[in-house]
This record gives sequence, C-alpha cells and structure tokens, in this order.
Amino acid sequence: MLETRHSHGLDQFCASLEERPGLSILDLAGASQATVSFLTNYGHRLYTNDLIHQLDVCFSEGDFYENQANPLMVSKFLENALSFPEKNFDAALVWDTLQFLSVPLLNTFVERLHRVLRPGGCMLAFFHAEERVDTIPTYSYRISDHHTIGMVARGRRRPAQFFNNRSLERLFQDFESIKFFLARDHFREVIVRR
Amino acid sequence: MWNRRKEEEYTPKPASAPPTTPVLAKEGSTMSTLPSRSPEPRVEPQRGGSAVLGKSVIVKGQILSREDLTIDGEVEGTVELQEHRLTVGPNGKVVATIKAREVVVIGTVHGNVETTDRLEIRKDAKLVGDIKTTRVVIEDGAYFKGNIDIVRTEAPRPAAPPAPKPHAVPSPATANSPAMAAGAGETKR
Repeated sequence: MLETRHSHGLDQFCASLEERPGLSILDLAGASQATVSFLTNYGHRLYTNDLIHQLDVCFSEGDFYENQANPLMVSKFLENALSFPEKNFDAALVWDTLQFLSVPLLNTFVERLHRVLRPGGCMLAFFHAEERVDTIPTYSYRISDHHTIGMVARGRRRPAQFFNNRSLERLFQDFESIKFFLARDHFREVIVRR
Repeated sequence: MWNRRKEEEYTPKPASAPPTTPVLAKEGSTMSTLPSRSPEPRVEPQRGGSAVLGKSVIVKGQILSREDLTIDGEVEGTVELQEHRLTVGPNGKVVATIKAREVVVIGTVHGNVETTDRLEIRKDAKLVGDIKTTRVVIEDGAYFKGNIDIVRTEAPRPAAPPAPKPHAVPSPATANSPAMAAGAGETKR
C-alpha cells in the first residue's frame, strides 16, 4: 500500500538538482517508475540499486548484524552496493538504509559515499527518531513530486542504532555541511553536502 | 475422451496459413506449461514474423535476428535485433549485451541493454546491467540494478524555477500535514 509524505528534505534535494541537467544520481531505494520518470525528466542520469536487498543477500544467513563484522561478507557487500570510481555522482538518495548498518560498516559505507560524491554533491538520508521501539518500519521510496515521497511498506526491521543530531554530525563529519529536519512522524530527514 | 482431445490438439492447420505461424503458435504454447496453480506471467501475443527459443534451448554466442525474438531458454553472448522486439520470457536467462528496438524482460537479464524505442521490466523480472533507452517502464516488483540513461530526441525539459527555500519554521500550508517539519537545524563546516 502506498503512503505519501511531504518532505522538506526532498524539496531541498530537488532544488539542488534543478541547477543544471545531466547530473548523475545514485538511488539506493531500488528502481521505481516514479523516481526514474521524475529524475530523467530533468535530463539526469540515474544509477539505481536496492541497498536493503543487497544487505539481505549478503548478511541475512545467520545473525544479520554479527555478519556485518565478517570481512568477506563486508567485502562482497561493498562490491555489490557501492563500487564506483571517485566523484562519480552529483547526488545520492540514501533514504533510510544507513540505519541498518552496524557501526564499523556504517563508517566505511559513509566514507565510500563521501568518496563517490563530487564536491558540492547533495545526499538525502532518513533516520527514524523514535528510540523506544525495537523495530522500525522500512519502506520502498519513490519520488512523487519535488516535495512528496511515495512509500511502500517493506515490513519492520531492528535498526543497528538510533541517531540524534550529535551522532549524525559525527557520522557526516567529513562532509561540508549537514542540515536536518525532524518531522512529526518520527523521521529525521538529513541533507548532507559533500 | 482423452483420445478425442489429443486429436483436437494435433489437428493440422489449414494449408493457407502462413508457414511460420503454426510452428510459432506451438512453440509459444510451451511457455504456458507452467504449473497451473502459479499465475501465468503476461506474454504479449506474437505478431507477424517472430522466432522463439524455447525453455530447453541453450545458446552461447552471438544472436542476430531480423525478426522479433522471444527467449525463454538460456543465452550467453550478444543479442542484436536492431529493428525488432526482444522478449525475455519467464524462464529466460540471458547473460548478454542486448541491442534491440524494444525489449520486454519477464525473466532474468544480466548485461547492458540498449533500445531505440522502449524497455519494459515486468513484475518479478530481474535486470542487472546498464540501460540506454528512450522510454522505460518498470513495474512494481521488478528488480533492477544499474545505470539508467534516457536518450531524448527532443531537448530535456528546462529546469523548473527554483523551489521555494525550505522552511525552518513550518508554513501555515504545511502545519496540518502529518509529516510537517517539527524542527530543523544546519551545521556548516
């Protein structure tokens, strides 16, 4: 079932894409017609990969988070998920995926995101802000318009950790700037600029 | 009763029918031999000249076709149908670079796909590779990993006027929105 939500983060992300056509965008939500149509209508190129799917493929046999410490599995995951040349993308849609990476892998992954983004590149990420829960809902995200996100539920998952503003600032310390919006539905939207 | 049904199935087609049609119809019907309890994926009916690689066929090498082609078997190599349509059927597994006018993926494709018209990735299909096309249709439930490059014949849509600056404080218009921003902050380094 498709839910929609207004997103200030997406609004700002899209504003950064309207500066010029022909940008290269990384979308980690998996392919959706809506997002593909929206972004390619502006003349942008899109690389799409379903990061939640990649996490399941690489780590779901056994303990999901313990496996994220296994060097072989981590290496396979990074190869599948984020194996690009430096400064390959002008923008990245990370959505809520970073919540499901345990700390060492998360830091490596964010380092790689920093590496594959061009200077000035924009990244949109979501973090669940409600800390008194064991599991959080996951979604398949698609862009309906420049400030509306369509979300299709994909069940619930235990996050690796919860983030507050301070921990997010630490996580994205190598980036130029970080801007966050806390929404009423327990979403912390984060816009990070490389 | 069984014998009568069998006879009906194998009744020869009239001689006036185009020579390729009966064979294609028969080959096409092999795709419907899936267990009846599973819903049958949609496969467009073949029109005109068309070839079918059945699900027990394995091809390694280069396929060049001057007619529409349905692959329901396994192909490894390259597939070129410059002016025609390629359908990768529900049992089809293609590890190849594909060039065609139109491509419909119902099964699995690993490789780059280039079409001059359109590419369709159906529900439950899997495509891993870069695509270059003028139009793409991706159904919900399809898996795609790769680059999407939409080639436009006309100039891309001019950039829309800059969106209004994000609201650090919610505007009255969004105040009733369930997802209204309740707080915002920024750190610059």
